[in-house]
Amino acid sequence: MNQPASAYFIEDRHDPNETHTLSVLVQNEPGVLARVIGLFSGRGYNIESLTVSETEAQKHLSRITIVTTGTPMVIEQIKHQLDRMIPVYRVVDMTLTRRSIERELAMVKVRGQGEHRVEALRLADAFRARVIDATTESFVFEITGNTEKINQFIDLMRPLGLVEVSRTGVAAIGRGPEGM
Amino acid sequence: MSDKSHDPNQMTGAAMIVRALIDHGVTDIFGYPGGAVLPIYDEIFQQSEVQHILVRHEQGAGHAAEGYARSTGKPGVALVTSGPGATNMVTPLTDALMDSIPLVCISGQVPTHLIGNDAFQECDTVGITRPCTKHNWLVRDVNDLAKVLHEAFYVATSGRPGPVLVDVPKDVQFATGTYHPPRKSDVHRSYAPRVKGDATQIRKAVALLAGAKRPVIYSGGGVINSGPEATRLLRELVEVTGFPITSTLMGLGAYPASGKNWLGMLGMHGTYEANMTMHDCDVMLCVGARFDDRITGRVDAFSPGSKKIHIDIDPSSINKNIRVDVPIIGDCGNILGDILQVFKAEAKKPDIKAWWQQIAQWRARNSLFYRKSNDVILPQHAIQSLFEATRGKDTYITTEVGQHQMWAAQFFGFEEPHRWMTSGGLGTMGYGLPAAVGVQVAHPDSLVIDIAGDASVQMTIQEMSTAVQYELPIKIFILNNQYMGMVRQWQQLLHGNRLSHSYSEALPDFVKLADAYGAVGLQVHKPGDLDGAIQEMISVKRPVLFDCRVAALENCFPMIPSGKAHNEMLLPEQANDEATAKAFAAGKALV
Repeated sequence: MNQPASAYFIEDRHDPNETHTLSVLVQNEPGVLARVIGLFSGRGYNIESLTVSETEAQKHLSRITIVTTGTPMVIEQIKHQLDRMIPVYRVVDMTLTRRSIERELAMVKVRGQGEHRVEALRLADAFRARVIDATTESFVFEITGNTEKINQFIDLMRPLGLVEVSRTGVAAIGRGPEGM
Repeated sequence: MSDKSHDPNQMTGAAMIVRALIDHGVTDIFGYPGGAVLPIYDEIFQQSEVQHILVRHEQGAGHAAEGYARSTGKPGVALVTSGPGATNMVTPLTDALMDSIPLVCISGQVPTHLIGNDAFQECDTVGITRPCTKHNWLVRDVNDLAKVLHEAFYVATSGRPGPVLVDVPKDVQFATGTYHPPRKSDVHRSYAPRVKGDATQIRKAVALLAGAKRPVIYSGGGVINSGPEATRLLRELVEVTGFPITSTLMGLGAYPASGKNWLGMLGMHGTYEANMTMHDCDVMLCVGARFDDRITGRVDAFSPGSKKIHIDIDPSSINKNIRVDVPIIGDCGNILGDILQVFKAEAKKPDIKAWWQQIAQWRARNSLFYRKSNDVILPQHAIQSLFEATRGKDTYITTEVGQHQMWAAQFFGFEEPHRWMTSGGLGTMGYGLPAAVGVQVAHPDSLVIDIAGDASVQMTIQEMSTAVQYELPIKIFILNNQYMGMVRQWQQLLHGNRLSHSYSEALPDFVKLADAYGAVGLQVHKPGDLDGAIQEMISVKRPVLFDCRVAALENCFPMIPSGKAHNEMLLPEQANDEATAKAFAAGKALV
């Protein structure tokens, strides 16, 4: 590689990217989400999905689930950078534990009549999506599953009159009796 | 009715801030008043335990607090108002974050009910400073203030030290609440920096050290941050093992420059022997340093044949730039103690005579060579003369950023830690003068010298006025070449000698400027006059601006050109036009 005129060494990195799901347990206090998001934007890390909610109100604990991509070295950095933040209790790489369940929820609005409408309903049934709103010319389906399943469902709805989608992003939890 | 009025812990938020400073042993703070901190200034006025130093610009307060912290090992404290006061602190906060300096900044904020209203002198201080502090807080309730202040001091000084900021709205400063002295429960339960190193890792490290044929110790600012015990243990480890030692810019002074195992600084402008030793070693012990890009050069060619041990208190420093074999997370003083104990019990000094012979050959290249002149002062010569004149004196050195900083690191020998204050990570021009103010406040009877450049020094020159007001006899030793020397050096090397805006067509007359401030101005042009002028500068017990006119086109060598490895250094005797062009051929092709 030709080194351009620079005071910095500019390097091509060819390590393959990996996708990891991280669970981050944080003190629920003002600005904590901004800190986490600022870390990702400031250091140039990717966020594929981000889910956050208070999980233990008495202890003021929130759980953030982040799906991110990067080289193994970058993923390791992300975990350490998160872990050293003052309000962060724990960071668990759910992908490395290989014992985690990931789910997201999507609400999918489909508009159509006749055969398309019947087909949409049939597919929804096959995907175990529920109808949570209906008019004579539309449905809103609620579907829960892993990201891949939801993507697949949305792809199928597209030719049948897909109007819009609202997704929660991924939430993850470990299998077995232990907590994080 | 309770008799709250008689409870000594009932007080206003403003009083709590002063009280907390006293409880944390703070004796000096640096600040600048303004609308949103007037209640705190009113409290400061009515007491005498905390001395307030009035700077001329908030950036000066921040760097002065950094200098104070770096030279004492105690946290530096700055007090600024809302809006512009807070935004002017962004540079020192970032600087302190990059160099792991414990800094507590207290900023005023508009009253709570006006936050978000675009009020006069309002800005989102916690939002702006979030990425440039270790942690920050906005205090909305006066009853949270004591806890937050105590936590702020703890976070700033524990683990990997760093800057913190506490933003206090004006109504919270006026409100009355309950203060409590520092206690353990003031700190986030989620924050527990690791101090003790893992025993298995320590054994692995000792095994590597004991079996080394070509070892090197590479130490950094972490050793100095860890405290005097870490310095003592590092020196003992060098003694016990007989290993060569080099250091980063931030780590200078942990091992004495006069020590027989000292290789000089490493990195982009480090010595040839330090960089070659790093490149060819078989075992590297990195203590409290972070494999910064100015240190490693080309990462895929960095010390290719070595096993690397890395001691760092911050897990995110491990494997960030360079993959290491034995990471040990914890306080470096603590871990050095454990390593020494195991080494002494189980290993003996490895025979590395052949390695030292090799190092001697590299040393013989004399990579810091420069040609003295009888007509013009060479900047390297000026630093050497300054060093000789201050030898044996109780001296503290600060710097600005650029060529003069690298020459100071190369030619000024540091024997003790906490004597060298420089902006390493952020590279802040304008750091040195206010930092010298802070150092002199902490050490009123010591000799404090800011080795400066003519460009850098003008960025915070207004703090001369602070030095004069508080009778701080700082010495500003300006290597004046009328250029932004390091910018010009890169333009010469990488941008076809097109010196775009790196020459100062107009400079102030520094002697008259000193006079205008009420300080002493000295100027020297001739090498023959240098020593006498330096003596005069030292003997004057007032602030001095020393205008040292140096060879304008001198450049800083040796140097690792960008994109090159440690063993591809450009040495001074090779740094003629042809060799330089060749070394940068890849770059020039793209200019």
